[in-house]
Amino acid sequence: MLIHLSSPHIHGGDSIRSQMMSVILALLPAGMVSVYMFGWLAVFQITLCMTACLLTEWLTLKWMGRSTTPIGDLSAALTGLLLALTLPAMTPWWMTLLGAIFAIGLGKQVYGGLGYNPFNPALSARIILLVSFPMQMTSWVIPMHLSTAGIDLYAFSQAWSLFTGGAAALAQSIDAVTMASPLGYVKTAWTQGISVNDAFQAYHYSYLDAFIGREAGSLGETSALALLIGGIYLLARNTISWHIPVSFIVTIALLATVANSINPQHYTPPMFHLLAGGLMLCAFFMATDPVSSPVTPVGQLVFGIGCGILTWCIRTWGGYPEGAMFAVVLMNCAVPLIDHYCRPKVYGHAERKS
Amino acid sequence: MIKQFLNKLGISPSGFAGGIHPDMRKWTEQSPIQTCPLPSLLVIPMKQHIGHICSPLVGIGERVLRGQKIAKAEGYLSVPVHAPTSGTVIKIEEHAIPHPSGMGLQSIFIEPDGLDERDTSLAPMPDWQAQDVGALRERVRMCGIAGLGGATFPTFIKLVHDQKNPIETVILNGIECEPFLTNDHRLMVEHQDEVLHGMRIIMHMVHAQHGIIAIEDNKPDAIAAMQHAVNALDGTHNIRVLAMPTRYPQGSEKQLIEAITGKQVPAGKLPMHVGVLCQNIATTRAIYEAVTLGYPLTERVVTISGDAVPERGNMRVRLGTSMRFVYEQCGLTDFSGIQLLHGGPMMGERLRHPDIPVVKSSTGLLALQQELFKEAHPVEEPCIRCGHCSQACPIQLTPNLLADYSRNEQLEKAQDYHLFDCIECGACSYVCPSHIPLVHYFRFAKGQVAQVRREQQFAEASRQRSALREARIAREKEEKAAKRRKVRAKQTPVASADDATPQTSVKD
Repeated sequence: MLIHLSSPHIHGGDSIRSQMMSVILALLPAGMVSVYMFGWLAVFQITLCMTACLLTEWLTLKWMGRSTTPIGDLSAALTGLLLALTLPAMTPWWMTLLGAIFAIGLGKQVYGGLGYNPFNPALSARIILLVSFPMQMTSWVIPMHLSTAGIDLYAFSQAWSLFTGGAAALAQSIDAVTMASPLGYVKTAWTQGISVNDAFQAYHYSYLDAFIGREAGSLGETSALALLIGGIYLLARNTISWHIPVSFIVTIALLATVANSINPQHYTPPMFHLLAGGLMLCAFFMATDPVSSPVTPVGQLVFGIGCGILTWCIRTWGGYPEGAMFAVVLMNCAVPLIDHYCRPKVYGHAERKS
Repeated sequence: MIKQFLNKLGISPSGFAGGIHPDMRKWTEQSPIQTCPLPSLLVIPMKQHIGHICSPLVGIGERVLRGQKIAKAEGYLSVPVHAPTSGTVIKIEEHAIPHPSGMGLQSIFIEPDGLDERDTSLAPMPDWQAQDVGALRERVRMCGIAGLGGATFPTFIKLVHDQKNPIETVILNGIECEPFLTNDHRLMVEHQDEVLHGMRIIMHMVHAQHGIIAIEDNKPDAIAAMQHAVNALDGTHNIRVLAMPTRYPQGSEKQLIEAITGKQVPAGKLPMHVGVLCQNIATTRAIYEAVTLGYPLTERVVTISGDAVPERGNMRVRLGTSMRFVYEQCGLTDFSGIQLLHGGPMMGERLRHPDIPVVKSSTGLLALQQELFKEAHPVEEPCIRCGHCSQACPIQLTPNLLADYSRNEQLEKAQDYHLFDCIECGACSYVCPSHIPLVHYFRFAKGQVAQVRREQQFAEASRQRSALREARIAREKEEKAAKRRKVRAKQTPVASADDATPQTSVKD
């Protein structure tokens, strides 16, 4: 049906679906690393989370008596994938399911569906899970290459038992199959008065491992390299603009550099911040979620800087070891305000009007 | 490649912000301009420019010559209309014109006699350099020349030498950034000397020191042709050809000025306020013909293209020729399931039927298959705030926010977000992944604002009328009362003359 017929009469061919698809493609490297690190467990989590998100979207749309065609835009699938990648590999299946329902139901459909959610749906669900189940959400499965308990995550049956029944199903204690993430470890050490360098040594921390992702952490957050590849792909496809990720990362690096040069024993070095936890995932994939981030370039810079400052503050002084997701969701609140005050200078107008 | 990358980073190397790179589909760029035959009937609308409508000067049954003035301009912002060929006026009545609403306008119907006899009352001015600038300007006005790039602003108004705002640079706009259109391109390749001649006349008229012929780099043959023509001039001129990186909407006057000079035309001001005059290629050639040959504007070059046109090309068409006739010359006879466009695909309007005359603004006649057209106009999806519209906007608006305000009729907010700075180039709609017809919303909001203003003016006028009426009634009442008092005072002077007299005098 021809709804409106005013110019322009040609279109660039971009669609919501193609935008979502390119983000999903950009997450492939991170997804592959997660499979390499956590075997079948990663496959189970990602599949469950994506399916549950799509199903929740379908059910909520049906329930509200709306058209179910928006399912095809793949935004729910992307939310599912993003949420899965932020989860620890051994999250109980029902928790993942709950997360997916939170993400789509409370994170998105409650506000009116795609385009109307003030917060990133995947991140809001992740935060609900973290606050509700702090224990499970910070139990990181020992990755394959470090595994000493004899658990083979590449073996379907073992991974399945772990996925459905937890460590107990394999007659293991939780401590035998999990370990701390670098961020968590350093934070704990810091509260005990251990210096940063000692903590690094005790943990056998290596920048290279953190860069390529051979460390404990959430499914898709371990490998900065894989996320960088995806991020660069998104930049090249013009799916996202450089403003948010660059300002986010640069802000953290700057703050960490300054603090670290003042007291290297107390404050972690910048490289540690950049490679740790969900920073790369948040900077390239979460903060750049178009719906919940600013539209204007200046606004995006402000948003990125805000995310950077909050992340560093929460990581350094907060109760949680990781702050990136809180930072993004907090900055999401400020988006309408940022957009209003950061409008670009319009052609032919001398001063910025706000 | 590097430039495109920089563009993606939001850094524009060539001056103006935003912009897009649509698939140009310049399928007719190598098709020489052909002459469209004379049809059996010409319909000449009484307004083919921005401004006031003309009034007919000829009667039914009268014989007219090609170039004869058949309607006179009314008011300053107007140019006369001329007979496109010799023939007989058979009727004067309303006829459909190219307008999205399908509206009609008073038109003169001429039946050509096939002789194509010219009216020679306007003397050629080959010695234009010796002519008074005012006379040249009057010639341009008399010849009915309006901006042939599509806006059809009366050209003579721009051709003025103002002491306060002297024009330093004349920019010849050979950008032609709309996809499909190639009429200016062909004019530059085939009539480069005439175009250049016209440019020199313009520079002479406005006392401009510099001339720049700006051409996008997707037209290397036009660049070469114009450069060749410039080289052939004697050394006294100061004209250069400038190749511009291709980007839409570079052909928009304001964007072109920014791209070349780095200056922005202040809001509400004209290019002359930054010392620049922009002219379209076809208009410039029309000025050449008007001045040196004494020919009024009676024809123009039209690009006939689109995937539904069998024999695409560029045609010299007499104004008033039915578009159906022009399409038929290009082998398109069956219009079912085809969308017709007047102008380019980015800014042109959709035609409801082809029985509409070619007018001065007819840069292109496109015919697109329904499927291609539908692809560009699918059902709107929700805005995902990706910001691609802001990146593409050459004016630096935030189209998605502006569209929200426009759609919700928050007209004050929309104006605060610079609704009226939008040039309706369509770049935002083109890149929108949600297929939101942003420009459509802006047009709607502009219309709403205009409507509100009209209503306010009407209400204000009514209020003033009623206030005046009340004042008049009060005054009359007072006058009557005064009269009555006087009469009463005269009739009963005896009662207490001492008291009554001062009383009335006080009241008066």
